[in-house]
Amino acid sequence: MVAPVLRWAAALAVAGGAVGWWLTAPDPLPTDHLAGLDGDAAAGEQVFIAAGCASCHTAPGVEEADGPPVLAGGQRFETDFGTFVAPNISTDPAHGIGGWSDLELANAIQRGISPEGAHYYPAFPYTAYARAEREDIADLIAYMRTLPADATPSQPHEIGFPFNIRRSLGGWKRLYARDDWVVTGELDSEVARGRYLVEALGHCGECHTPRNALGGLDRDNWLSGADNPEGDGRIPDITPAGLGWSAADIAAYLESGFTPEFDTAGGSMVSVIENTSRLPEDDRAAIAAYLVALP
Amino acid sequence: MKPLATALTVLSLTGLGTTALADSHVDPAIAGAMKARQAHMQLYAHNIGVLGGMARERIPYDAEEASAAASNIAALSKLDQSTYWPEGSDNSVEGSKALPAIWENLDDVMSKSEDLVMAAGAMEDAAGQGLGALKGAMGGLGGACGACHEDYRESDD
Repeated sequence: MVAPVLRWAAALAVAGGAVGWWLTAPDPLPTDHLAGLDGDAAAGEQVFIAAGCASCHTAPGVEEADGPPVLAGGQRFETDFGTFVAPNISTDPAHGIGGWSDLELANAIQRGISPEGAHYYPAFPYTAYARAEREDIADLIAYMRTLPADATPSQPHEIGFPFNIRRSLGGWKRLYARDDWVVTGELDSEVARGRYLVEALGHCGECHTPRNALGGLDRDNWLSGADNPEGDGRIPDITPAGLGWSAADIAAYLESGFTPEFDTAGGSMVSVIENTSRLPEDDRAAIAAYLVALP
Repeated sequence: MKPLATALTVLSLTGLGTTALADSHVDPAIAGAMKARQAHMQLYAHNIGVLGGMARERIPYDAEEASAAASNIAALSKLDQSTYWPEGSDNSVEGSKALPAIWENLDDVMSKSEDLVMAAGAMEDAAGQGLGALKGAMGGLGGACGACHEDYRESDD
């Protein structure tokens, strides 16, 4: 890890000074981002499921239960940059997001900016959520406000120097946070819906796309597999060339967790399947249509 | 729990569990145990393939065939596996995807294996009762398999 650290430090040095300070400043959403929208909590639950929020923000070891998820935080994610700990995003006014405005929540989710104006680490996939429709974000926020409060305090991340300088994440965002689509061109409505679910809400690229030394996604190798950010093994290549499954196989896998050979999903994909199994069938078919249409 | 713990203790006392193994010199006892458990998994996959083929309507539903496959799965889920999992057969050995966490959380592993017995039993009851019943039991079975693979198997390539 020495080389990436040095490169990061070099990037920091380059970004130093007044220009760097300006370059690393937060870039919030326009204040009228959610104007005129009445969030629909029922629709927001579907957004919440598709975005996989509960997979990271429920307490460690909590199995998928019936009833509303308790977003107490506390799951630990050990990476090359240090250990990230998912925060409490329940409705608790002191320890969760209960006291935040809708716009503050939208800035957190889509720009990675805290209510105090600090940058979040991109372990939180706001770079993907940046592509989400603002209507969906309004619905998601309305749904999150219906969830139970939990008073567990958020734990600090365990990140060493130089990655603990949050200001430098402003530079990272300028380099790597792009809210344009990866797959472009004429898409039929099903593939377009699949693109929205994969590239925006589902944030599949966060694990399935390789990263460079600074943790930026390598968009030229979109979804072509990567080292497991949490340690052992590899995250599979899910391009048609790498996976070789039919659209029907993919949709069935996203519903039941069984591969075409009737092995099962493993690792973090198990939580993903818990979410995709609760999506409408059309959405699973759309994800499959997008994946088989990848170049 | 007890038989597995005893078996593991015996194995570690006999030295099978503690040897650091070079990739090319896998201890034959470890290699044999890995072969046995991988074959066991293969038997699951084959029989689940019969049920899953019907559930996905790739092959026609046949109550008798479905029941036979489900009974096999239920029987497999109840076999004593204690000698399949000697210490030292984790993913530091070539060909193994078993994470060391297995041996650190044996109580949890055993509880998940009991969940699999339950899910396999539910499938055994459902498989002969029509395609709808079979489909309804697939999710529970997949979830029981996945529960272990989530925490205890190395991510796939």
